[in-house]
Amino acid sequence: MNFRSIQAIYVFEMTRFFRTLLQSFVSPVISTCLYFVVFGAAIGGRIDAVEGINYIAFIVPGLIMLSVMTQAVSNASFGIYFPKFIGTIYEVLSAPINFLEIVVGYVGAAASKALFIGLVILATSLFFVDIEIIHPIIMILFLVFTCISFSLLGFILGVWANNFEQLQLVPLLIITPLVFLGGSFYSISMLPKFWQVVSLFNPVVYLISGFRWAFYDHSDVSIITSLLAIILFTGFCIFVIFIIFKTGWRLRP
Amino acid sequence: MTDMLSITGLSKRYSDGQVALDNVSLAVKEGEILALLGPNGAGKTTLISAVCGLVVPTEGQITVGGFDTKSNYRLARSLVGLVPQEISLEPFEKVINTVRFSRGLFGKDPNDKYLEIVLRQLSLWDKKDSKIMQLSGGMKRRVLIAKALAHEPRVLFLDEPSAGVDVELRREMWKLVSELKSQRVTIILTTHYIEEAEAIADRVGVISKGKLILLEEKKALIKRMGQKKLEISLKSPIAAIPAQLQHFQLFLSDDGTSINYLYDTKGSTNQITKLLNEISNADLQISDLQTSQSSLEEIFVSLI
Repeated sequence: MNFRSIQAIYVFEMTRFFRTLLQSFVSPVISTCLYFVVFGAAIGGRIDAVEGINYIAFIVPGLIMLSVMTQAVSNASFGIYFPKFIGTIYEVLSAPINFLEIVVGYVGAAASKALFIGLVILATSLFFVDIEIIHPIIMILFLVFTCISFSLLGFILGVWANNFEQLQLVPLLIITPLVFLGGSFYSISMLPKFWQVVSLFNPVVYLISGFRWAFYDHSDVSIITSLLAIILFTGFCIFVIFIIFKTGWRLRP
Repeated sequence: MTDMLSITGLSKRYSDGQVALDNVSLAVKEGEILALLGPNGAGKTTLISAVCGLVVPTEGQITVGGFDTKSNYRLARSLVGLVPQEISLEPFEKVINTVRFSRGLFGKDPNDKYLEIVLRQLSLWDKKDSKIMQLSGGMKRRVLIAKALAHEPRVLFLDEPSAGVDVELRREMWKLVSELKSQRVTIILTTHYIEEAEAIADRVGVISKGKLILLEEKKALIKRMGQKKLEISLKSPIAAIPAQLQHFQLFLSDDGTSINYLYDTKGSTNQITKLLNEISNADLQISDLQTSQSSLEEIFVSLI
């Protein structure tokens, strides 16, 4: 492992993040506040407790996951697409490093940003509702794994994209619906039987369910299934990236 | 001297069937400066990209400093610095940060002392805290060179370093190249400015349609292929070359004031003494004599 190279990529990527810190920080806080106002105060008052959990508290894990997943994908995809777009990728590809080091650098940075935003949202939500996290270690574990796996997914997206449109279209058309329909704002058990089954094909369901379990000891699917799902998903993304570098697809003609 | 870079049977066919390199072999010694000439699309950049790991060769073997670029890519690549043709830089980044990044990326320990030397050498030191986007085109190119030198490479590739660069910067670059040469850095540059190859290269290679069609010492090349021209200016113009001088194959200038004689300095066709004797016998008054040598450009054009 070439740690200096990883560090160089990581630091360089994080500098970009800190350069736009205000923007990175303010936008998730504002959108979270809006969700709380709309779903919590305005609508939430009319919704009964879900599975015995106050509705505002119920949506906190979902909201964190929603932001973390979208931020991880967009950060990671932009992080690798931008150098590709402006041509600076040549330097990374000519450096004495292997695919794993490139990925750890870029994905590590993107995941760190997403984690930071996730924690900011968690802190923000404490202003709106009292939360007790029953399994804090599992919660952090899930959060970190989600940041990593979705950053890996974003990395793949960034390598694949040939223009900015594609870069934005995939999160918009695929990731946002998966996340919204993955039980961010509701429990899967609230759905009709048919849609419950359909939902089980949505990988995001497992992540949100597991994450919510860490908070409230309540989940749609078993925590073991959730853990397996996220490990499987992470492994799959790493495998795809390995193939990308092995074949040089979209990177090395 | 050992070969710093060795390329054997290198071919590159792109997936669309285009053949960019066709069985290219060449070796460059340590501290040598090789200029690769050739028209646009000849394969110069592909050759460089293959060595640097940006393009996967279809066939052939490349070693840098004795390390295979495939099986031993870490050691091979850490010896190589690349200055790309296009200006590719992160616009919002500071000069010093992007240079530090390059050094770290190639696995070198931080060394701001060394980076200062590089930046000063390239007259960038007072711009170290400027953002890239605030720099002029010439300075951006210098930043690219600084990035390539940041990890102390032993082989430096300059892909068209003079494209869009003013005369002053070009001279500075040539000076830098000769300084690097004195540190025994091997330099391979591509250019289509023949004067550049003539000014700094030890050897010249010509690539055309993916083939290395010529590889020779610059001086030998000029000597071998170059002809010299003797221009004899006359005091008073003449209408035609006098009959007794016809056998010399002379060319009269349009205004009749000078006679041109093409010769080869070492060839048997060299008859300068005889020519001058016969000119004075023919009662022609000489006002001036001038000789000139064919440039690489003329040789180059004759090859393609």
